[in-house]
Amino acid sequence: MPAAARDPVALPALLPLGLDGVLVRFGTTFTEEANRAARAFAAEAAALDGVTEVVPAPASVLLRLDPLDQPADQVQGAARALLDSRDWLSLPPAPAARCWHLPVSFATAHAPDLPEVARITGLPEAEVVTRILAERPRVLAIGFAPGQPYLGQLPPVFDLPRRAQLQDVPAGALTLAIRQMVLFSNASPTGWMQIGRAAFRPFQPDATDPMPLCTGDEIRFHAVSDSELEALGADPMGGARLEVLS
Amino acid sequence: MTGAALIVSAPGPALTVQDLGRPGHAGQGLSRGGALDPLALWEAAALLGLKGPVASVEMPGMGAAFEVTAPMRLALTGAPMQATLDGQPLVWHAAHPVQPGQILRIGGTTGGTVGYLTPAGGIATPPLMGSRAAHLAAGIGTLLSDGTSLPTGDDPTPHRPACTLRPEPRFGGGSLRLLHGPQTHLFDHARMQSFLAARFTRGPRSNRQAIQLLCDAAQDWHLDAGGMASEPIQAGDVQITGDGTPFVLGPECQTIGGYPRIGSIHPEDLPRLIQADARSPLQFTLLDDAGAVPLPVPPAARLKRLAASVTPLLRDPAQMQDLLSYQLISGVTAGDDLDRP
Repeated sequence: MPAAARDPVALPALLPLGLDGVLVRFGTTFTEEANRAARAFAAEAAALDGVTEVVPAPASVLLRLDPLDQPADQVQGAARALLDSRDWLSLPPAPAARCWHLPVSFATAHAPDLPEVARITGLPEAEVVTRILAERPRVLAIGFAPGQPYLGQLPPVFDLPRRAQLQDVPAGALTLAIRQMVLFSNASPTGWMQIGRAAFRPFQPDATDPMPLCTGDEIRFHAVSDSELEALGADPMGGARLEVLS
Repeated sequence: MTGAALIVSAPGPALTVQDLGRPGHAGQGLSRGGALDPLALWEAAALLGLKGPVASVEMPGMGAAFEVTAPMRLALTGAPMQATLDGQPLVWHAAHPVQPGQILRIGGTTGGTVGYLTPAGGIATPPLMGSRAAHLAAGIGTLLSDGTSLPTGDDPTPHRPACTLRPEPRFGGGSLRLLHGPQTHLFDHARMQSFLAARFTRGPRSNRQAIQLLCDAAQDWHLDAGGMASEPIQAGDVQITGDGTPFVLGPECQTIGGYPRIGSIHPEDLPRLIQADARSPLQFTLLDDAGAVPLPVPPAARLKRLAASVTPLLRDPAQMQDLLSYQLISGVTAGDDLDRP
C-alpha cells in the first residue's frame, strides 16, 4: 500500500520541518479542497507573528521562521490558532482575482506529444487543443523551478500518467499529466507531455517582478501560429495580458 | 580603490560565485541557493576582519589560476586545496596579501570537497534579487570560464600580513544529527533502525542540488510513496528515492518534491555532510522528537568565535620549502567539543 494511503496523521496537520519550518498539511494527496485550503491558509499565514516566508504547495503550506528570533513553538502556536479558527477543508471555491491570457502555439514543432495525448485520451488532436483552450485552469502552486506554475485541475479525461522516460522540453513548454499542466520556466528533462509552447516565461530574472504568476491566478490560453509565437519571443512576457477580475 | 578585479584562468569544471543566497523566494519556486559550505564564508569573513560573509568563488574539487589587478587580501577557506603563490606553497585556512603580477594557483582538494577563495572586498558583480550567487538550476548566473574578470570591492587594508585560523573540523565525515520531519513517521521502527545503522559515503551523483549517499548494506528502509502530493522541501532534507538511496537536498534544490523524506539534517551538521568526500564515512543519529532541539549558532556568536581563533601567520610561507610536510591542521578542534551533544 502506498505510504500516503496509510498515513496515520490526522488532517489538517501541523508538523515541524527542520529548525526553521512548520508544515501545515491539508492533504497527503492532491484534491481541490486541500488545494483551496492551502492557498487560503497561505494568504493569511503570511501575517502571523514570526513567519518570515510562506511556501504554498499543492496540498500543504510551509511556514518559515527564524528560530533565533522567535521560538518555533510560538510560531507553531500562532499557526495552530489560525488552523483551528475555521474549517479550511470546507471552503467554497473562491473566484480568481486575476486572469492571465497567454498566447500558445500548438503547432507540430511545439507539440511533440500531442499525438500521444490524443492516443491515450481517445480524442482527435484538434479536439484536445479545443478542450484545453476552453479550460480556465488556476495556478495550483508555484514551484520546482522559479515562477513555474502547476495548473489545474483538468477534467478526468486528462488523467494521463507521467512518462517513466524523461524527455527534454524547452523553456515555455506547456505540458500535461495527471489532470494538471506545467508551464516550464527553464529547459528541463520531464516525464510530462508537451502539447504546446508559450513565449511567456514564468521566470524573468531581469524584470522588476521576476515571477509574475501567483497561486490562485486563472489562466486562459489563446492559440497562435508558429510564426506568431516567434514574433512574440523577443519579450519574456510573450504577449501575455493580465486581466484584473475583481 | 574601485575597478579592481580578480581574473580567473583555466578554471575547474564547477567554479561559481556564491554568497549566502536568496532567502524568501521559495514560495515562488526559487530555492535559497548560496554556498554549499556557508561556514567557509564565515571563516573568510573572520580572517579578513569583515562584518559578515561576502561573495566568494566556490571551487568544488578543483580550483583555477587567479591574478589581481590591485593589491588585495585573499582568504582561502573550506576544503584544503593545493595552493601556490608564484610557485611557493600557501597555507590554507588563511588570508594572504596578493599583489598584481603574482599568480595564485589553486589545484585539487586535499581533503573535503569544496574550497572557497574570498577577496577582502568581496566579489562585486551586480546582485540579482539581493544576491550575487549563481543558481544554475534556476538559470541565474554562469559557471566561471577561462579569462573571466570578476569585479571586486575595496580592500581597505590590502597589505595587512597573512593570518590563519582553526577551521571548524568537518573534513572527514562523521555523525549527522537527523531532525524529525513531516514524513518521518511514515518510516516504521525497523526501517528507521536500519537507516540509522547504515554507514554512508558520498556518491558520484552529488552536486549543488543534492548529495547522493551510498552504502553497502541492503537499503531496506525505502517506502512506496506513490500518489503522495508534492510538499515543500528544503536544503538538508533527506529524501529516500525509489530504490532506497538517500539524497540530501542541497542549496539549489527544487522547492517542492514528492519523494518521502526520512528527516532533515541539523543545519549545524550540513557543512560536515557537504565536505565529506567519497572516502569519509557518514552516519545518522536521530534527535529525540520530544527533547529540546539544539538551536543553530547565532551569526554574531559564530563570527566572534571564529575571529577569536585567528592568529598571525608567523612564518613566511615563502621561506618554508617543506611546508606541505607540516601537520598544520591535524588535531585542532573548534574548542567547543565539551559543549556539543
